[in-house]
Amino acid sequence: MFRSILTAGVLTILGSVVGCSPKTSEHELLNVSYDPTRELYAAINPAFVKDQASKGKQVSVNTVHGGSGAQAGSVINGQKADVVTLALGGDIDAIARTGIINPDWQKRLESNSSPYTSTIVFVVRDGNPKNIRDWDDLVRDDVKVITPDPKTSGGARWNFLAAWGYVTLHKKKGDNEATEFVTRLYQNVLKLDTGARGSTDTFIKGKQGDVFLSWENEAFLVKKLSKEKLQIVYPSVSILAEPPVAVVDRVVDEKKTRALAEAYLQFLYTDAAQEIIAAHGYRPINAEIRKKHAKAEADIPLFTLKDVVGSWDQANERFFADRAIFDQIYRKKGS
Amino acid sequence: MGAKVYRALPGFRLSLGFALMYMSLLVLIPLAGCVIKASSMTWDDFWITVTDEHAVAAYKLSFSVALIAGLINAVFGLLAAWVLVRYDFPGRKLLDGLVDLPLALPTAVAGLTFRTLFISDGWYGKYLGFLEPEGSVGHWFGPHGWFGRNVATLDVRAHDGPFAIVLVLVFVGIPFVIRSLQPVLAEFEAELEEAAAILGASRWQTFRHVILPALLPAWLTGFALAYARGLGEYGSVIFVASNIPGETQIPPLIIVKQLQQFKYEQAAAIAIVLLFFSLLTLLFINLLERWSRRYDPAR
Repeated sequence: MFRSILTAGVLTILGSVVGCSPKTSEHELLNVSYDPTRELYAAINPAFVKDQASKGKQVSVNTVHGGSGAQAGSVINGQKADVVTLALGGDIDAIARTGIINPDWQKRLESNSSPYTSTIVFVVRDGNPKNIRDWDDLVRDDVKVITPDPKTSGGARWNFLAAWGYVTLHKKKGDNEATEFVTRLYQNVLKLDTGARGSTDTFIKGKQGDVFLSWENEAFLVKKLSKEKLQIVYPSVSILAEPPVAVVDRVVDEKKTRALAEAYLQFLYTDAAQEIIAAHGYRPINAEIRKKHAKAEADIPLFTLKDVVGSWDQANERFFADRAIFDQIYRKKGS
Repeated sequence: MGAKVYRALPGFRLSLGFALMYMSLLVLIPLAGCVIKASSMTWDDFWITVTDEHAVAAYKLSFSVALIAGLINAVFGLLAAWVLVRYDFPGRKLLDGLVDLPLALPTAVAGLTFRTLFISDGWYGKYLGFLEPEGSVGHWFGPHGWFGRNVATLDVRAHDGPFAIVLVLVFVGIPFVIRSLQPVLAEFEAELEEAAAILGASRWQTFRHVILPALLPAWLTGFALAYARGLGEYGSVIFVASNIPGETQIPPLIIVKQLQQFKYEQAAAIAIVLLFFSLLTLLFINLLERWSRRYDPAR
């Protein structure tokens, strides 16, 4: 009996070791992406495969999704991603700090390596019963807000920075006013989900909250999928969210997939891909395609991360690190 | 004399070696890794991380909701195990099978289901308005109610508050109590109860002095397992709780947040504190269990 248990144990261990050995192929790409891009890459990957087939190459692309920070963490811990397409540059910077991606990654492709952009908008219930028009309405006492936790969600960091930028850049007030504004805003938050999809679910299925701070692309998707009628409200000003992409240097050199990985990211900038991007509610960087799809109401002034705080390192240090401004919000409440 | 002890199964050394290797590979080495990771930070950093206001609030929350859920499970688990073992009724086998369901169900699904049921217009939630802070019972526990003013303010909302966490923890923990008690109850000789009755014991005396002492060790084990499960539960809790730092944020979520910021040492530090307290409480429960076996001749 024990022999059989031992045999079983040894087989299990052997099996897992064998199973772990990576299947490397020069014709296979792994794209590690963030949460809301599921539908986008589900459409782009077949288009890329077809494009390569027309050039006589048989390739395949897999994309895995998850919270942006968690995905960056898994690449740092050895996941063999050929390319990363994440929610914020800070997460790719974190990978670059370990040497897995070259430090110059953001300069390698057009428009800061972001083939598409997005912004932060408000999703409200049908008829906008609480009459939510702009950022100031979010700090009203009678408004309940749904947004994910900036500590766990990339999208939520953009939300926070958009609110901050509204006070410091649009209203031209100081940091004290901005701190007070975000404090009041987050005191109106009913639930801090860990990711954008969790918040979407809380807002639609959980029916909690009056307004959901969301990626513009996610807002379109939510509106389409929700049984309940929803409305998208564009505030007077918001942030230009630039989700960047990069080739994972160490992995592509090891797997000899650099040419294919670079072709994949280049493909995102082609007209064909930019059309798909626009169809999924992202903002293509190609001005003509953008113009063709954009609605007039969406044409609001956008400030950038650089305008608000400079860089992701500075943003994390000032706002999202332990005991930084975001943490302070929930401390004041207790005292 | 050199009398050789014969065992029913051969190969003691081999199996002991295998058990030790297995435990080391799967339990001890990962735990040691956690400690090593945390030991790379300075003592000050460690202390600041683990005594952070939000972290302390999270430990308190987790240990209290797990305790309450464990106690609820202890009571209702005993009842359920009793019914399942002692009575025969149509559908007993089915009910018995259902007991294991919380173990097999992904806890995130449980969390989502509970949330859907308990939100204000959910199947249960629409009848539970009285638990809301402005409702009749909720007000009683609030800062202006009698209980709130004289004892402590409690958040008894059935959704997204601490009470909601207790509800899901009851769900994930119940099989442990039932499954620990069932075999003991099944083995329990009915003759002992009959003897007690013949000797003039009332029903309560029979339960208190005959049944309970025999059940106590298994009962405590079941409680400890359910309690430990509640401490570690993540998937279902983050769906039902509002996850507000300092209020409804559980320690595993703090760990996830630290990982998200690539702060592996800080995450390990919180994990170690959690482990330490879990070990301490489990040790205490084990001592209780040993004490409860003090009359057991087979000990």
